[in-house]
Amino acid sequence: MADLWQGYIWPGIIIVAQILAIVLPLLGAVAYLTLMERKVIGAMQMRRGPNVVGPFGLFQPLADGLKLLLKETIIPTGASRAVFILAPMITFILALIAWAVIPVNAGWVLSDLNVGILYLFAISSLGVYGIIMAGWASNSRYAFLGAMRSAAQMVSYEVAMGLIMISVLLTVGSLNLTKIVEAQANSVWFIIPHLPMAVMFFISTLAETNRHPFDLPEAEAELVSGYNVEYSAMTFGLFFLGEYANMILMSGMTTILFLGGWLPPVDIAPFNWIPGPLWFLIKVVLLLYIFIWARAAFPRYRYDQLMRLGWKVFLPGSLLWLVLTAGVLKATGWTPWN
Amino acid sequence: MIIQGLAFYLFSVIAVFSAVMVITARNPVHSVLWLILTFFNAAGLFVLMGAEFLGMLLVVVYVGAVAVLFLFVVMMLDINTLNLREGMAEYMPVGVAIGVVLFAEIAAITGGWVLAPEIEAARAQPLADPGAVSNIQALGNIIYTDYIYLFQASGLVLLVAMIGSIMLTHRTRPGVHKQNIAAQLDRGRTVELKKVSTRGGI
Repeated sequence: MADLWQGYIWPGIIIVAQILAIVLPLLGAVAYLTLMERKVIGAMQMRRGPNVVGPFGLFQPLADGLKLLLKETIIPTGASRAVFILAPMITFILALIAWAVIPVNAGWVLSDLNVGILYLFAISSLGVYGIIMAGWASNSRYAFLGAMRSAAQMVSYEVAMGLIMISVLLTVGSLNLTKIVEAQANSVWFIIPHLPMAVMFFISTLAETNRHPFDLPEAEAELVSGYNVEYSAMTFGLFFLGEYANMILMSGMTTILFLGGWLPPVDIAPFNWIPGPLWFLIKVVLLLYIFIWARAAFPRYRYDQLMRLGWKVFLPGSLLWLVLTAGVLKATGWTPWN
Repeated sequence: MIIQGLAFYLFSVIAVFSAVMVITARNPVHSVLWLILTFFNAAGLFVLMGAEFLGMLLVVVYVGAVAVLFLFVVMMLDINTLNLREGMAEYMPVGVAIGVVLFAEIAAITGGWVLAPEIEAARAQPLADPGAVSNIQALGNIIYTDYIYLFQASGLVLLVAMIGSIMLTHRTRPGVHKQNIAAQLDRGRTVELKKVSTRGGI
């Protein structure tokens, strides 16, 4: 009995507590990211944004969530029911489980996988299924067109993202996310040697999360709302939460790969007083701000331009940079392995 | 070890069940979705064996890329599921015959499987400490040393396939307008940009 407690139940309780410690703040962050988006865009367009519900509109996300929860879930008659309901769940769950390998401080990670970055890449490449299943199961032309666009878009930009990740991995010599950050503590943040790649990676994450200016899957002017047009109430809510959780995840990924994770910019007095998780948070919020800024500033891309950018600019560019990185590391003897 | 055992049976039961569903599901799109679940559980089995790199690779390559394109194509096909079973009786004997031949071949091969003595010796040796060398390093040490020619050859095969598919799709059709971005950006000052002060307007 004591063995059972020591071996299974107690570790199980700890793991569940750790999962809750990741998921609950994440859901709070998603809720307030929607408010931040509306406030920031409001400020950029010289409006106030939501300011009625609670002080400064702080309760607006709760009101929105409650509204979505209380509405009626409608499933279209022609829909493929199981797939229709499964699609938003997959989107949301994938956005959550990726956080299992994200280190927010030295050792603050649920699972310190040796292939952490590959896990992240795998999970983010699965995100397309939620959208493509939603588009197909809705049995609606708009939704299907949105899903088709999204599938092509996400597959295209993943290629460039993978190559950019390999450049970073070459300079680190490990796929472990904690080791990637530690390598930046010993040298410089990778945004300095890999600046063009950092920019390209960020733009690719915009395309990967279907955000502006690459939000063609839900282009409301042409496709009404794209893949989620038939969804209502909480099924729509899960798509929405998934999209925003993915934004935070992608910002976290960019932070770890290029902005030194939980590290302060310079390791001197006023900066290293601030604890690591706070630095991580600051960097993620900064990147999220750029996400929102891009939405306010840029018009939507045309579809052929999007494909051209992905395949004819980012893919050769990142491939070239990969060869260059490998060459420089080999020629200068800076290889992290021997 | 109980957890590992349970996880193994969970993954393998779901994998076998969804593999059966792939061929029995009436709707082709559902078949592809079941196939994806099969891949996913196979990846889980890889991770359970300690081959985490292969598991992740399976998810990235097969689930993340190949199956997406597969699903893409199957969704575009307008398949009438009712007519699919029409020629069942006609094609059944041929299908069964092919299945029997394949199965017999596999049985013959696995039955008479003999390993070369040096590989047998390598299998008998204890594995290197799993903590000391990671999956990727272990794979790299083999692929880039002992099997470098085979590895390069498979790369060449992929390159040929890539060039072939580009050649097949890359054709110039008359009457198709193409955008020349450089020429567009280079059109000179036909559009004037004005600096507008914030909150001031023009």
